[in-house]
Amino acid sequence: MKSAVFVVGVGAISAIGNNVTECLTALENEAAGIGDIHHLQTVHRNKLPVAEVKLTNEELALKAGLSSTISRTALLSMVAAKEALDDAAIENISSLRTGFISANSVGGMDKSEDFFAEFLADNTKGKLRNVINHECGAVTELVADKLGIKNYITTISTACSSSANAIFLAVRLIKQNMLDVVVAGGTDALTKFTLNGFNTLMILDQQLCKPFDENRKGLNLGEGAGYVVLVSEKVAASLKKDVYCALSGYANANDAYHQTASSPDGTGSFLAMTGALEKSGLQPSDIDYINLHGTGTQNNDIAEGTAIKRLFADHYPKMSSTKSFTGHTLGACGGLEAVFSALAIKHSIIYPNLRLETPMVDLPFVPERKLLKNVPVKNVMSNSFGFGGNCSSLIFSKL
Amino acid sequence: MKIYIRATGNISPQKTFGHQFLTESLEHTGDRLTCVEPDYKDIIDVKLIRRMSRIIKMGVASAMECLQESGIAVPDAITTGTAYGCLEDTAVFLTKMVEQNEELLTPTAFIQSTHNTIGAQIALMLQCHNYNNTFVHRGFSFESALLDGMMLLSEKEANNVLVGGVDEITNVSHSILKRMGLYKRENVSNLDLFIAKPKGTIAGEGAAFFLLTNESSANDYAVLDGIHTFYKPVTIAETEQQILSFLSAQLISINDVDLIIAGRNGDLKNDKIYDQLQASIFNNDNIVNYKHLCGEYPTSTAFALWMASNIIKTATIPTIISKRASKNKLKKVLIYNHYQNINHSLMLLSAC
Repeated sequence: MKSAVFVVGVGAISAIGNNVTECLTALENEAAGIGDIHHLQTVHRNKLPVAEVKLTNEELALKAGLSSTISRTALLSMVAAKEALDDAAIENISSLRTGFISANSVGGMDKSEDFFAEFLADNTKGKLRNVINHECGAVTELVADKLGIKNYITTISTACSSSANAIFLAVRLIKQNMLDVVVAGGTDALTKFTLNGFNTLMILDQQLCKPFDENRKGLNLGEGAGYVVLVSEKVAASLKKDVYCALSGYANANDAYHQTASSPDGTGSFLAMTGALEKSGLQPSDIDYINLHGTGTQNNDIAEGTAIKRLFADHYPKMSSTKSFTGHTLGACGGLEAVFSALAIKHSIIYPNLRLETPMVDLPFVPERKLLKNVPVKNVMSNSFGFGGNCSSLIFSKL
Repeated sequence: MKIYIRATGNISPQKTFGHQFLTESLEHTGDRLTCVEPDYKDIIDVKLIRRMSRIIKMGVASAMECLQESGIAVPDAITTGTAYGCLEDTAVFLTKMVEQNEELLTPTAFIQSTHNTIGAQIALMLQCHNYNNTFVHRGFSFESALLDGMMLLSEKEANNVLVGGVDEITNVSHSILKRMGLYKRENVSNLDLFIAKPKGTIAGEGAAFFLLTNESSANDYAVLDGIHTFYKPVTIAETEQQILSFLSAQLISINDVDLIIAGRNGDLKNDKIYDQLQASIFNNDNIVNYKHLCGEYPTSTAFALWMASNIIKTATIPTIISKRASKNKLKKVLIYNHYQNINHSLMLLSAC
């Protein structure tokens, strides 16, 4: 375990809960958070289901201690990052080198699109305060300032693998002895921009998504934020609480096939999973659970499934896509699913893959359809694959 | 372990493409510098060009020029920094979304608006399945990509890394940033940036890529000794302390630095920090500026790194950079920039 990096705090907000406890309860109760649009102002209301966080911006702002006029992306980020940091309860944090590495896909777009409607009619119009935090990095800085973190701050945006890459970088910065503590993960709020963008790609299911079902019709977009607090071995040893798990494997590869589609054989996914196993020193048979990328699109699930078939043939781990609960939260999903992976290890549970009726005919395995309790969960692989061929896998290991 | 800058590629508001090192100066008048773009047909497949927006073409072309010079066909990793991402496609999709009330939209602009499009397109063209990451943190975007690349080399995860910094200015972003008061109100020549009226800067853009490697060759530009970023220093003393501790971590003092490249942008308030440093720790040093050549933008330090690499390699300082700077000895060059006094960064280079 030389120079290992540990998960010592978790924080989450998503359509299935406003904190980690609520999210876990929903996962255990098979309570998905996907449904009609309530908060987003769009013509797709009552047509496209989404997985919205159930709080208004005003309610989020109250929890976050930030202004309700700033981007919902920052509000969600602050709520989850603060929960993770509080959970870690590192007493002497001010004396440690602490970083905040956050991911998101469209920054303050929820506010920019309001601005843009007025701006388009008249270039001298539109409130500048709605566009001042448009940049992805501005969202990170709002939260870093509120958390009081300044030693190292950066933002990653690699579409749907963004927050897995944020966690990945955090581990390396700790291993390189550049930082002691990193709050890492990602955030994204639903926006008209992304909803319409995915809609033009015709990969949104008009019903609730069915990841890894033969008759899957697409994904449901979601929103939320998920962060883990990662620390060095030295910091972990100084804590009075139990650590969740170690982050033992990680890899990043590119599919190099198409800007938005995965290659049929899932080259990028295969390379990411293989690389993460290599890094952790584990064999495929050591993996107890894969938290699938599992978006529910035709393309992702067959590419990911084919890569899993190639890598895990004959000793398939348990698997599920928690996007059947939270929707696809884009820049947040790697962070949220890292939290769920750590909880699976801590509580010895495996989450169900909801609404899976007909297993995919081309795959020799079927994800779990029911919650499994009291099962050995030592090593969890979490997959995040995105536009631009960006594929990343992380492995979380019980101590 | 030493990290070498093996090759560069740069598209900027100066004639920098084709490995020209500022032999002639391009004058722009107004508050916005626009890149001098090459004929992309020579670099990118014509069928691909048609689908690419300007920033993607600039990014991909400068990456290809860099790779060509390096002699490396497929790098072990690609890291990209872009603060704003693909603004043109973002605005195209937003405009149609508003005008058509979210109906009958087409996906192309949305697909290409994603921040990782440049890194992804390079990977796609090269069929490069290796590590690929995109950083989008304001004035730290390029620095983060550079640090990631340097770490991959020191972790022995890669023997060579393609690292770039890319940002564009569009009509939309320019008019919004102008309303925020960033730019000069009167028409100025970029060559007079530091003697013009004191308020505001000029907008810039650019795409610069570097091939970093852990193996030296006869053609390397320079050694990249180190990089350091710091965030929102509260006082000038804190800034000074950050700079001095970076230098001492590099086992040198400010007296060992032969040339400082500073990020002055022509705005009095912005430049006060450089003036204060020049009166304290940068005192008596050989200091030049670079933003009169490329304008102000969050990844302008990629242009500065390109400039520093070329100064070291050619052992010259073109007159467009400075007429006064001493060219006696150009072995160690320090780049210091701050972006809106929020994102501060330092890069140190040495002669090979």
